[in-house]
Amino acid sequence: MNQQLTIADKTFNSRLFTGTGKFSSSKLMQEALLVSESELITVALKRVDINNEDDDILAHLNKPHINLLPNTSGVRDAKEAVFAAELSREALETNWVKLEIHPDPRYLLPDPIETLKAAEELVKKGFVVMPYIHADPVLCKRLEEVGVQCVMPLGAPIGSNKGLKTQDFLEIIIEQSNVPVIVDAGIGSPSHAAHAMEIGADAVLVNTAIAVSQNPVTMAKAFKIAVQAGRMAFEAKLAPVKKQAEASSPLTKFLAD
Amino acid sequence: MIQNDIAKNEGQKTNSFTETFKNYTWDEVLHDINSKTINDVEHALATEKRDLEDFKALISPAAKPFLEQMAQISRQLTKKRFGNTMQMYAPLYLSNECQNICTYCGFSFTNKIPRRTLTDAEILKEVKYLKQKGFDHVLLVTGEANQTVGVNYINNAIKLIKPYFSNITIEVQPLEKDEYELLMQNGLYAVLVYQETYHKEEYKKHHPKGKKSNFNYRLETPDRLGQAGIHKIGLGALFGLEDWRADIFFTALHLKYLQKQYWKTKYSISFPRLRPHSGGLEPKVEMTDADLVQLICAYRLLDEDLELSMSTRESEHFRNNIVQLGITSISSESKTNPGGYAVEPKSLEQFEISDERSTEDFTQMLKDQGLEVVWKDWEHFG
Repeated sequence: MNQQLTIADKTFNSRLFTGTGKFSSSKLMQEALLVSESELITVALKRVDINNEDDDILAHLNKPHINLLPNTSGVRDAKEAVFAAELSREALETNWVKLEIHPDPRYLLPDPIETLKAAEELVKKGFVVMPYIHADPVLCKRLEEVGVQCVMPLGAPIGSNKGLKTQDFLEIIIEQSNVPVIVDAGIGSPSHAAHAMEIGADAVLVNTAIAVSQNPVTMAKAFKIAVQAGRMAFEAKLAPVKKQAEASSPLTKFLAD
Repeated sequence: MIQNDIAKNEGQKTNSFTETFKNYTWDEVLHDINSKTINDVEHALATEKRDLEDFKALISPAAKPFLEQMAQISRQLTKKRFGNTMQMYAPLYLSNECQNICTYCGFSFTNKIPRRTLTDAEILKEVKYLKQKGFDHVLLVTGEANQTVGVNYINNAIKLIKPYFSNITIEVQPLEKDEYELLMQNGLYAVLVYQETYHKEEYKKHHPKGKKSNFNYRLETPDRLGQAGIHKIGLGALFGLEDWRADIFFTALHLKYLQKQYWKTKYSISFPRLRPHSGGLEPKVEMTDADLVQLICAYRLLDEDLELSMSTRESEHFRNNIVQLGITSISSESKTNPGGYAVEPKSLEQFEISDERSTEDFTQMLKDQGLEVVWKDWEHFG
């Protein structure tokens, strides 16, 4: 099977990370996420009642192999993000946080300046920080410098299902990164997920494409297989793509003359 | 003909919508909309990024034969953005005291009805009822009576109920920017302020007395909210006062202006149709169910991330069906009289509720349709 992925103190067999939004019921969400075999599942703090152990979403994710990844969706700046992370650490007993700061409520695009600020502070406070960001290679290096445990660049606007629109930049990030690169947002089909894995992403995060499909359980399985296949291809080293046939050596044939 | 949208204002950042608004006349807008052809509609349906000219085509009479197609696209876009979910909220009427005369409203100053403003104890009694129903997003509503339900009363109410609700919205008289800032510090999330009608001359006739008769002050309220940095602004017009096609265009124009100016703020649109009440104004321009579906879908096609909200003014049958076509936020079992839930359930309402189903029955209907009922989708971080 695929090599394991390690982030901070945790090791994952599955490179498919998932989310909890947009499902038509918590039961269906649970079924789909179990089939996906995902071990890291993000949940929006604003959607759960963190003081209630019987919260519908949390109760459905209470399984030994599932690690909850609280996200800060809804915050607009670094200050609110730090507050949210501390709230979740206390209530959900995890120091892992998916740092999402999108002051723009329409396209939910991440604010790079506030994200860097919050990341630095959260790392100092002992959090495992997983920042959701643009596919910006320089920002990734800056985040790495302040001590984040991975980076989560977007493939396309969140929820858009458009695939790897940022591929050229993702490739630079993957080439340069010293921390795992998780492609987050925009992955709309299993082939997109496989593609991300083939170009060397360490994992992908998929939510909308599973939750909103006609059959979320089957789709979750399709993503599971696609991520495994893509990773397997990456580990086996894909043959390079050739633009033209290379049957003979017209330019260097003279050397043999 | 006035062309397109607010692009002409680019580069010169304005301080209020009034400056954009004055470039338009009611009659020209209405003429434009009514002149849209089948070709315009087909273009609006085929394109991916729709502008206000496309929107005019989609709300025009020419779009009527394309209603099913609009509904299909609307449903698909809504699912993509919001998934299979429906946000629940409950209105909580705090007071029916009002110094405004509004020709269409049951709380109008001259209406001889018993007036009531809830005390803290009464508010908490209503809160207890709503919490036991499951509500976590609440909409506080008052009339406009500055002596009794001014900003201090509203501020007190927000502080009082904050421990019980994740998300607090108000629908009260327009306030000043610093007043909004004060309320936000204490937990206010959103403000709904409907222009009622964008027909400036007719607006005066519908609002002959009281602070509400100042058209421009109301029109600029969303600007003050945006400048205060509010999380969400709700817009709308009261359909039936004037030709709804022009009113809905101006609402969209207002929305597009605000989205560019206050890009960190979220927006919602509501679709109130005139309902019978104890004041008794009949709709001037009737809006049919098909019209309402058309414009809800037109909004979704214009903007796939917009919150579209529906009250219990509409019938059970209509609501059962519209929840699949673009609406993302909805109330149930509402009472539009202060104290109507638990304090004094028999008092007079602002308008008649049409869908009287219990919250349990209503949410069961949503679940049966494959929609996850969302009670909580906010947390006050800070």
